[in-house]
Amino acid sequence: MIELVDVQKNFAGQMVVHPLNLTIKEGEFLTLLGPSGCGKTTILRMIAGFEQPTEGQIVLDGADLTALPPNRRDLNLVFQHYALFPHMTVEDNIAFGLKMKKLPQAEIKQRIEEAVAMTQLTPLVKRYPHQLSGGQQQRVAIARAIANKPKVLLLDEPLGALDLQLRKNLQSELKQLQRSLGITFVYVTHDQEEAMMLSDRIVIMNNGQVEQIGTPREIYATPATLFAATFVGENNIFSQDGRLFAVRPEKLKATRDTDAAKRTGVVQDVLYLGSIHKLVVQLDGEPMTVTIALDFTDERPWEIGEKLGVNWGSQDEVNIGA
Amino acid sequence: MKKSGFALIPVMLWLSLFLVVPMLIVVGISFMQRDTDGNLIYTFSLDAYKIFFDSLYLGIYWDTIVLSVATTVICLLLSYPLAYYIARSGPRRQTWGLALITIPFWINFLIRTYAWVLLLRTQGVVNSLFMNLGWISEPMQMLYTKGAVLLGMVYTFIPFMVLPIYVAIEQMDRRLLEAASDLGASPWRSFWHITLPQTKSGITTGAVLVYVSTTGMFVVTDILGGAKSSMISNIIQTQFLGARNWPFGAALSVIFVITSFILIALFNKAMTSRYETVKEGRV
Repeated sequence: MIELVDVQKNFAGQMVVHPLNLTIKEGEFLTLLGPSGCGKTTILRMIAGFEQPTEGQIVLDGADLTALPPNRRDLNLVFQHYALFPHMTVEDNIAFGLKMKKLPQAEIKQRIEEAVAMTQLTPLVKRYPHQLSGGQQQRVAIARAIANKPKVLLLDEPLGALDLQLRKNLQSELKQLQRSLGITFVYVTHDQEEAMMLSDRIVIMNNGQVEQIGTPREIYATPATLFAATFVGENNIFSQDGRLFAVRPEKLKATRDTDAAKRTGVVQDVLYLGSIHKLVVQLDGEPMTVTIALDFTDERPWEIGEKLGVNWGSQDEVNIGA
Repeated sequence: MKKSGFALIPVMLWLSLFLVVPMLIVVGISFMQRDTDGNLIYTFSLDAYKIFFDSLYLGIYWDTIVLSVATTVICLLLSYPLAYYIARSGPRRQTWGLALITIPFWINFLIRTYAWVLLLRTQGVVNSLFMNLGWISEPMQMLYTKGAVLLGMVYTFIPFMVLPIYVAIEQMDRRLLEAASDLGASPWRSFWHITLPQTKSGITTGAVLVYVSTTGMFVVTDILGGAKSSMISNIIQTQFLGARNWPFGAALSVIFVITSFILIALFNKAMTSRYETVKEGRV
């Protein structure tokens, strides 16, 4: 569907996106995940046409888009800060793209109705953006984009400016929307939880380079690099015989039988998180702490300062290089 | 009264002392009479307003409005591209551009206006150059025409238009243009549907500044227009200083202030869409 072929981007002689090959499938929800400055937004902007790749091609449905300006690309971007037109009502904002395409009046009307119904904006169509809440503005931004029925919808941290509760609600709405529309979503975020929840596939980026591409399950269970292992979910990194491996907190076992344990240490903190609780353990002879997630099956609770052994099964070790 | 209300008191005092009171005095004088020496006679009279309906003055009144509107329109047409260019340039060029717009203010206004006389008069720079180049065989009459006055007005007031428009373009959220482009708008349509409406405040401010300043300007008309192209402001000046007919000068002032208010109100109404009305909470 979309292919990025050896796409590379330099700013002022510095490589901000290293040569990248990526194929995004039809109907896929693909997320570019990474810390700020990792190049994920630049990739999105190159696909949208606001940045020109220094090298490489961007191909949509077999046609090379690389030289086309944004207004001639059949895809739409939901901007991080929505970029709604302040002097237009919700309705006019949504109609804008359709008018630019010179669609007949009746079709414009129908598409607006569909888009506002899908985003639950129907009672607000006559309002101006400044009369809407953040979440409502966000919905208008999405409605404005999907009314164009693009082949691909690009979303640049669309929920970044919203508070946590609203974000959670909109996340599931977005996922629903993507399923019902069946169009390809390319989503940019720095929030790993959001990426895990929404995506079919995740591209983990760091310093302009791809660390790993995979389904959320693959990325969680078998991170390919140290960065991938620690950026997505909590992880414990061990080094042994020149080998580096990761073990997830829920795969670690705490035991009072310190002699048979693979590592020993002292409980530094006990964190109650409702459904589980966590032990933060200062390992003996190593300058690091590990986190162990426990369910409530222990016979007696752990105390701070208590000595303990840390165990895991060798099948739960994930090699992440030397 | 709220706290913010008290903060306005000095401004209100200032305005009433230096604007409202003088205006009321002018209005008062316009309803008086004068004796043959030009002294005011404190009796109510509409004589001053009756003189205005002489065809001579009505003609000048109309000319003044036409000239002021023309100056405003030409300033707008020249300023918008210029302001746009400066606002969209890099920081260094912006600094230079703004400096070049403001530098003429460092030079005495009269000197700049007389410089136009040197350029435009019959033996002036432009005529000599064109004749030497063989483009014309006889000098053109440029000075002391309405064209010269218009040129001088545009030249004088163009910064008043460039600066507010520049500010409006500079402050505009450029992501809106990206959004427009993303939604399929060509650069021209983005300009028409987004940039222009978003910078309307700058256009309105600039237009009012230029229009009002032009109607009040008599130096440019004196120097570049000669006796034939008087404006209302020249007549007002003459009535107060030369003819010593204060009531008539005051009446002309009052008429012109009211005219300006009406025109500005109509202009503002034309420039205000439902959006501004909603935004200012008037609905």
